[in-house]
Amino acid sequence: MLLIPCPFCGKRNESEFIYGGPVGADRPDPNAATDQEWVEYLTVMPNPLGPVQENWWHARGCGDWFTIWRDTRTHDIVEAPDGTK
Amino acid sequence: MAQSNRRAAGGRIDRNQPLRFTFNGNSYEGFEGDTLASALLANGVRVTARSFKYHRPRGIMGHGPEEPATLVELDGEDASGNRPATTVPLREGLNARSVNCWPSPEFDLGGVNQLFARFIPAGFYYKTFKWPNWHLFEPSIRMAAGLAAAPFKPPSKGHFEARYAHAEVLIAGAGPAGLKAALDAARAGKRVFLADEGTEAGGSLLNRNLTISGRPAMDWVADAVAELHGMQNVTHLQNATVWAYREHNLLIVNERAPEQGSILERSWRVRAAEVVLATGATERAMVFGGNDRPGVMLASSVQAYVNRWAVNVGTRVALFTNNNSAYAVAADLAAAGIIVTAILDSREHIPKEALDLVPGLPVHPATVAAGMFGHKRVRAVLAAPLSGGASKWIKCDVLAHSGGWNPTVHLWSQSRSTLQFDEDLAAFVPDQAVQPCRAVGAAAGDLTLDRIIDGGEDSAYGIEPLWRVDVPGQRGKAFLDIQNDVTVSDVHLALREGYDNVEHVKRYTTGGMGIDQGKTGNINIIGTVALQKGLPLQEVGTTTFRSPYTPVSFGAIGGLREGWGLFPYRHTPVTQWNKDNGAVMYEAGARWRRPGYFPKSGEGLQDAVSRECRAVREGVSVYDGSPLGTFELKGRDVPRFLDFIYSNIMSNLKPGEGRYGLMLSEDGLILDDGVAFRLDEHRWLISTSTGHADAVNQHMEKLLQTEFPDWQVMITTVTSQWNNATICGPKAREVMQALDTDIDLSPQSFPFMSFREGAVAGLPARVVRVSFTGELSFEINVAPRHMAELWDKVMEAGAPFEILPVGSESSHVLRVEKGFLSLGHEVDGTVDAYDLGMGWVMSKKKSDYLGKRSIELRRSGGGKRHELVGILPVDPNQKIPEGAPLTPGGRKEATEGLVTACVWSVVNDHWVGLALLENGHARQGETAHVRLKKNVIPVTVTKPVFHDPEGKLLRS
Ligand SMILES: [Zn+2]
Repeated sequence: MLLIPCPFCGKRNESEFIYGGPVGADRPDPNAATDQEWVEYLTVMPNPLGPVQENWWHARGCGDWFTIWRDTRTHDIVEAPDGTK
Repeated sequence: MAQSNRRAAGGRIDRNQPLRFTFNGNSYEGFEGDTLASALLANGVRVTARSFKYHRPRGIMGHGPEEPATLVELDGEDASGNRPATTVPLREGLNARSVNCWPSPEFDLGGVNQLFARFIPAGFYYKTFKWPNWHLFEPSIRMAAGLAAAPFKPPSKGHFEARYAHAEVLIAGAGPAGLKAALDAARAGKRVFLADEGTEAGGSLLNRNLTISGRPAMDWVADAVAELHGMQNVTHLQNATVWAYREHNLLIVNERAPEQGSILERSWRVRAAEVVLATGATERAMVFGGNDRPGVMLASSVQAYVNRWAVNVGTRVALFTNNNSAYAVAADLAAAGIIVTAILDSREHIPKEALDLVPGLPVHPATVAAGMFGHKRVRAVLAAPLSGGASKWIKCDVLAHSGGWNPTVHLWSQSRSTLQFDEDLAAFVPDQAVQPCRAVGAAAGDLTLDRIIDGGEDSAYGIEPLWRVDVPGQRGKAFLDIQNDVTVSDVHLALREGYDNVEHVKRYTTGGMGIDQGKTGNINIIGTVALQKGLPLQEVGTTTFRSPYTPVSFGAIGGLREGWGLFPYRHTPVTQWNKDNGAVMYEAGARWRRPGYFPKSGEGLQDAVSRECRAVREGVSVYDGSPLGTFELKGRDVPRFLDFIYSNIMSNLKPGEGRYGLMLSEDGLILDDGVAFRLDEHRWLISTSTGHADAVNQHMEKLLQTEFPDWQVMITTVTSQWNNATICGPKAREVMQALDTDIDLSPQSFPFMSFREGAVAGLPARVVRVSFTGELSFEINVAPRHMAELWDKVMEAGAPFEILPVGSESSHVLRVEKGFLSLGHEVDGTVDAYDLGMGWVMSKKKSDYLGKRSIELRRSGGGKRHELVGILPVDPNQKIPEGAPLTPGGRKEATEGLVTACVWSVVNDHWVGLALLENGHARQGETAHVRLKKNVIPVTVTKPVFHDPEGKLLRS
């Protein structure tokens, strides 16, 4: 079970959080993007062997959505959210 | 004779506390302080198990969690399965059975497998039971394969518990190294959590006769334990196994028999700043012919039984070793008056300090054991000189063997820290730590006491590895994995067949896959592979160590989350009223308990539901709609937020007005449907389906916090802040008037899809005109504390109108008659709003909203779609099962759709259904065909509405 740094509550057990997926590309302008660009935005998610930025929701805590950088090889949280206590 | 092998004195047992127990139906007696294994040995029970594959007779081989041979099931108040007999503390009335044998280990019918042993090589099951498929054979093989069954009944006494703890230092193991680490940390003022799997602290010192600075080592242990117990900053648990090492220094500890009598086991989840692994070392087996016979035991275990439990496991003991540790065993046996008939040592040159321990005993250098005589108990060992001279039989009733020692690195490896092979120790030892942890003592490769404690007396280790005996004339099977019956020849076969990675060898032979996880034998498998391939052991490597380190009961993992406690039900204030009034309760989405229907005495489901439907269509009913997901949204930017998450426009609603809408996900799927009401300029109320409330909440919060952090929108979940009674039916307005309200109920001033605040029956209320049935409806929302009172008043005011409480069954019928969506029925991952005939809900004016682009993209490719239609069976009395497929002409062909719902319609006197049908919108009036296994049902395709198509009633 990971120990996840919530910027509001501090380090808490993973069981208090809901995983929100990796942080993908910014949403393109749907009226300007080509079909190809739109499909890529929907389907191509970062999945590196190494640090990945991902969303977590402190659902059973303060309710904050925030991102961390987690190394997929080691589970090390290599970068905590800004302002973490 | 009772306890015939018990020594007259000594041992860490309480002879004043005799304990009676039963094993395989026979009664025995032992003492407080015994394990089941030590008590069985004290009573001279030699055959305690049958092996997994060949059903060979087996005895007790170890004295701790490494025990490979004797697994038992316990009955009664501590019912559990697959427990090594060596780890079961004896208690009064214990009732144990060995696994793997029927009717008893002495007379076992499965033993005929031995006759066919050469037909059951490695990979036998993979090769043999392939045709037509494994599942044909699985049940009978599972019956014969003998691991314990789950207990018939849960443990009768007490419950399991879970607890969290935080420690500055967690120490696994309370042997000499662990106690020393605990003292060091505790004296420095750190918060210490010390857990040890044994019933007593001391680790290996419990089993040996060693001294520290001239005093018995156990005196040092007693002092250390006493000092730790005097400190506030120390938690010290015995009979508590650290069995898992997870991410970020989370360790899981299973504490058996905590002091509170009502608790069977307690599971601790401990987050530690630093972890010290003082897990000791495990003796490994020698691999030679007949090394599984009852009476062949680990040398350290023979020593432990004599010293700790005062049990003479034999009268004439031979030893077989490749290192000095067995000489200390021989010395203890000789001192206890047991005849040592031979010490076979595979080393050519035996260190003087080892020989000095055993003056006068017959030592045979450069000699190995090459076979055992005796079937259910050993009678002699075949001593074979490595030089090639003549072998000879040496009498013994126990053979004690030591293949050396493995640092117990299971937890270390679970933490993903690395290992390296140490040539001097001939063992894998901890290398690089990747979490804040360190190994100490024997776990770190310091295998003798002098290296752990100043003044500790011990002899040098002096190992010369021997991975397997390989001499001409060797007799019998040589087992690498006793528990799974894996022999040297099985590993050779796996290598010949190309499974030459050690992980593949493990899977193919099942070596190391037992409950003991190969604690005594895995290293020999690695050594055998290394010898055969001509590689150093470092290159062969180990298989992955995984949790649990020793068996853990599911109860301990579940803790208090048993039965409904795993995922509790949600109740509304009228749940009890519903039950009291005969409701059949259903589980609705999100664990709500909700009435399904209210049968009168003797009335069946269909009659009750039809009666409730008739009340809604012709009279009046009341429904508890409280579980519906409800959210209040506040802030300047709510209108544009709602316009983004709903496919239609919400921002132009005026205070007091509401609208139905669909929420889509970014990839165009339907996430939910519901209604949005504008309470005032900056306050909105939205409702969601019961089952999707949590998902919608997550969806909205994620968007607001990650995509639009500067939008001013505050979301409050108010599902449980507002309960509602929904009055529904042509007489609903009359009941509302009878309830006494200050809200003007006329259709002109309070039209459909609007909202009013006021008093109803003297209670502050929000009344909403929505309808999920197609009839005139008033949803009266009140605070939960007023709900029960409101309900009673509704029943009272409705009595003259014969108001009926209704459940979710009739709601389903009524919504099907109207063609209203139900997300679990008509909506799946392929259907969009156009398919459902709801193109009107997809705004043409908005340039962007969630899902818009994706749906345009998906529909731009053309192609046939499955579209929502109504279906009427040609025979009005023909019911159609929900989910049934539609095929072209009813032929045996690929489906062209499915029936999503089918109900008996009271107003139509006809079964009516909804279906998703290929090109369905263009096929109205045609006949389609539902294909069942035995028959074909012709249906007429219609519009998906069977009652009041213009919607006059719900607006009335
Ligand atoms: Zn938080």
